[in-house]
Amino acid sequence: MTDPGSPRALGEVILAVDGISLAFGGVKALTDVSFDVREGEIRAIIGPNGAGKSSMLNCINGFYKPQRGTITYRGKSVHQMRSHDAAASGIARTFQNIALFKGMTTLDNIMTGRLLKMRTNFLLDAIYLGPAKREEMRNREFVERIIDFLEIQAIRRIPVGKLPYGLQKRVELGRALAAEPKLLLLDEPMAGMNTEEKEDMSRFILDVNDEFGTTIALIEHDMGVVMDISDRIVVLDYGRKIADGVPDEVRRNQGVIEAYLGVAHA
Amino acid sequence: MLYREAGQFKTNYAADQAILPIAQDRAVMALILLVAYVVVPLVGNDYWLNTILVPFLVYALTALGLNLLTGYAGQVSLGTGGFMAVGAFSAYKLSTAFPGLNIVLVFAVSGVIAALVGVIFGLPSLRIKGFYLAVATLASQFFLIWLFNRVPWFNNYSSSGVITAPPRAVFGNIFVTGTEAHPLEKYLFALTIVIFLTLAAKNMVRTSTGRSWMAIRDMDIAAQIIGIRPLRTKLLAFAVSSFYCGVAGALWAFVYTGSVEPLAFDIDRSFQILFMIIIGGLGSILGSFLGAAFIILLPILLINVPDMLGLHIDVTTVTNLQFMIFGALIVFFLIVEPNGLARLWQIGKEKLRLWPFPY
Amino acid sequence: MEFLYAITIGPFVQIAQDPQFFLEVLVGGLLSGVLYSLVALGYVLIYKASGVFNYSQGILVLFAALTLVGLIEKGVPIWLAALLTILVTTAVAFAVERLVLRPLVNQAQIILFMATIGISFFLEGLGQIMWGANVRTLDLGLPSGPFIVGGVLIQKFDLVAAVTAGVLVTVLALFFQKTAVGRALRAVADDHQAALSVGIPLKQIWIIVWTVAGLVALVAGVMWGTNLGVQFSLALVALRALPVLILGGFTSVPGAIVGGLIVGAAEKVGEVYWGPALGGAIEDWIAYVLALIFLLFRPQGLFGERIIERV
Repeated sequence: MTDPGSPRALGEVILAVDGISLAFGGVKALTDVSFDVREGEIRAIIGPNGAGKSSMLNCINGFYKPQRGTITYRGKSVHQMRSHDAAASGIARTFQNIALFKGMTTLDNIMTGRLLKMRTNFLLDAIYLGPAKREEMRNREFVERIIDFLEIQAIRRIPVGKLPYGLQKRVELGRALAAEPKLLLLDEPMAGMNTEEKEDMSRFILDVNDEFGTTIALIEHDMGVVMDISDRIVVLDYGRKIADGVPDEVRRNQGVIEAYLGVAHA
Repeated sequence: MLYREAGQFKTNYAADQAILPIAQDRAVMALILLVAYVVVPLVGNDYWLNTILVPFLVYALTALGLNLLTGYAGQVSLGTGGFMAVGAFSAYKLSTAFPGLNIVLVFAVSGVIAALVGVIFGLPSLRIKGFYLAVATLASQFFLIWLFNRVPWFNNYSSSGVITAPPRAVFGNIFVTGTEAHPLEKYLFALTIVIFLTLAAKNMVRTSTGRSWMAIRDMDIAAQIIGIRPLRTKLLAFAVSSFYCGVAGALWAFVYTGSVEPLAFDIDRSFQILFMIIIGGLGSILGSFLGAAFIILLPILLINVPDMLGLHIDVTTVTNLQFMIFGALIVFFLIVEPNGLARLWQIGKEKLRLWPFPY
Repeated sequence: MEFLYAITIGPFVQIAQDPQFFLEVLVGGLLSGVLYSLVALGYVLIYKASGVFNYSQGILVLFAALTLVGLIEKGVPIWLAALLTILVTTAVAFAVERLVLRPLVNQAQIILFMATIGISFFLEGLGQIMWGANVRTLDLGLPSGPFIVGGVLIQKFDLVAAVTAGVLVTVLALFFQKTAVGRALRAVADDHQAALSVGIPLKQIWIIVWTVAGLVALVAGVMWGTNLGVQFSLALVALRALPVLILGGFTSVPGAIVGGLIVGAAEKVGEVYWGPALGGAIEDWIAYVLALIFLLFRPQGLFGERIIERV
């Protein structure tokens, strides 16, 4: 395990958010948040409930449109990201409440992650024999490698709606991985899991980062996990950034401690 | 015991993803095709062909079209009748304006015209969903029927408003429409078209096209985030579905009834097709066929069974009983088994797999 | 060219040339719109209480009218017949809720909608078997015949309908806003679980809702029945209520009124002034096209609540 005190050698900045402010009517979800993510790192976003962490991810992949600020991804700066552009340029994510396609099987769900890589149109699909079949087989092989990686072979043909929560989260990770993302956004990937499942998921996340070099930004509440696997951490509270640095620094930051434990009134 | 897959190993993905991976299923399908193409022509009588098999095929095709849109892509539509009408009237205008045009081509082009109309009326689906979309499609249903009723150009200025299919042949002088056509030829013609289109539908549904549709149906927000373009996917669903319904409408007018007026495609028809796919199974190709079969056979059962038992029920009561049974079944299926007869069929197969063991 | 003129400028010229006639048509349209509003009102009530668009409400209107007529034909005095009819419609509505809507409580709106269509078919078949399909006249001694106000021709019956609707709406509005029961009803409409957790007796509330809906159905049934005769095309009225609800918003009582007025007026005015150019019978689809336009630009209707999506 890397020494938690020193950052490992990391790449260029792959994502930078600058001055992001997001409000829903009167509710200010994010106020002037800025931080960056370096290529190849595991960046954790933490904070108490309602701090705006999910909203931040939603801005990055284009689901929410911030009123102010810029998002710079792989050199391109935009005021508001469009979800299709985000997906097409290599951003994939998982969701806090699992956004799988409940009516489809595990295999089909992960195959949908390959959609942007597939080139056939409906006419070729209707004929099937020829280009469509070849593409199906090619992508099936790729998806099977992900299935092997995540050890979910046995549940290939089961409709995901019937799977237990922990496995659904794994399938969702598989769908995100199928897109061969450069930046993977994970929204509470360990929520609701027991220790064993958390260990498995941590292993998968670390393997993805190690083997495929995927940059990972994750929201997580389990402090043990966060301190263990992240390279750097951003801390949000009430929509503002209150700390930013390596795990050791953040752990000792007074503001962070107060945000989580509250301030003692003498 | 009869249905066990043990021993049937797939050694490549192609075999695993085949339409009928289990050998017993392939045998059954071969049997069905044999019966359809060989046995029926040998033993079928005109009554069966004209009043049961041909309408079954036409209904199944329409149900398939609507199922693609509503069952697979999740876009509820009450405008099915309207699109059938577009197909029927397009085919009529094309075949009367260009008498030399091959009938298959006429049907294909009519389908494309219906598809285009479907795209136009499907545009609202980007902003409206679910129940509200159903209401919006009512606009297309009522408008289209009004159009074909009121604009005399569509029925070539006939005074009755009824269009009659001109006689057309395939392969030289095998007539499939008009007074010279024999029921057997009509049946085989419709059968072949339906089989081709069903195969195409099954292929679309098991590839990227189908997955995009189902993603939009299950969670369109997540679908958008993984890069699916909602408008394109939805409009494609409307287009393909309307193509199928349009061809079915043309078949209805040309091969099934021979002559038709817009009333045949009104809101009641739309409801009827919707009921077919609910009872048969949303999101299932097999379900479309089962639902169509059910709706065709039920009135016949209701008339004939009491007769056989010695009771006599008059025609109006039969119609009303039909309404009651349909209504009750819709509710029953929606509550108990939203995936309809197709799911019950699947459960049956599961039990068959284990038989004679209970689990 | 002539056609273009006929559908763009022509109608307005016609209106300007004979404003009196236009007023007549408009008033006629508004008043027929009142009848739509009465039906829409029933839907709004059920929707407010259960969050479901109950398509079979239309059939309930028919049942109300049929029961009333049937009882009166048998010689039952009107006030008793009315009372019994309310009981019957409440019972039917209650059965529908218990047997169909309750099991489907968590499903998507469209599933519920289709289920209520199924109920509608079931009840239609049942009704036809029980009462036969003949048209019956309903004569409760309501005034009929025309009279003239300020040079404009109005049907007495339409006026009575408008006044009735007005009274009904005012009573309902006061009921919802000012009474404790009304407040409880609004709470239930907003959030069933929250309402339960503050101790609101859900079952009793629902019974009240169904009874009120039954009453509204009765009034609507009487109005429509007198107008058209009591027959089964009344069930199609349900389909017509949909555009009204889209325009007015599903959850708004004043919306149902305004929506009904707009649809009624649009149909009549559209038919008279634009109809001839387009071949007539525009009434068939004008309401739905209006609804479609509204859905595109203001899906919650004029008075409904905004719908926000979350992920």
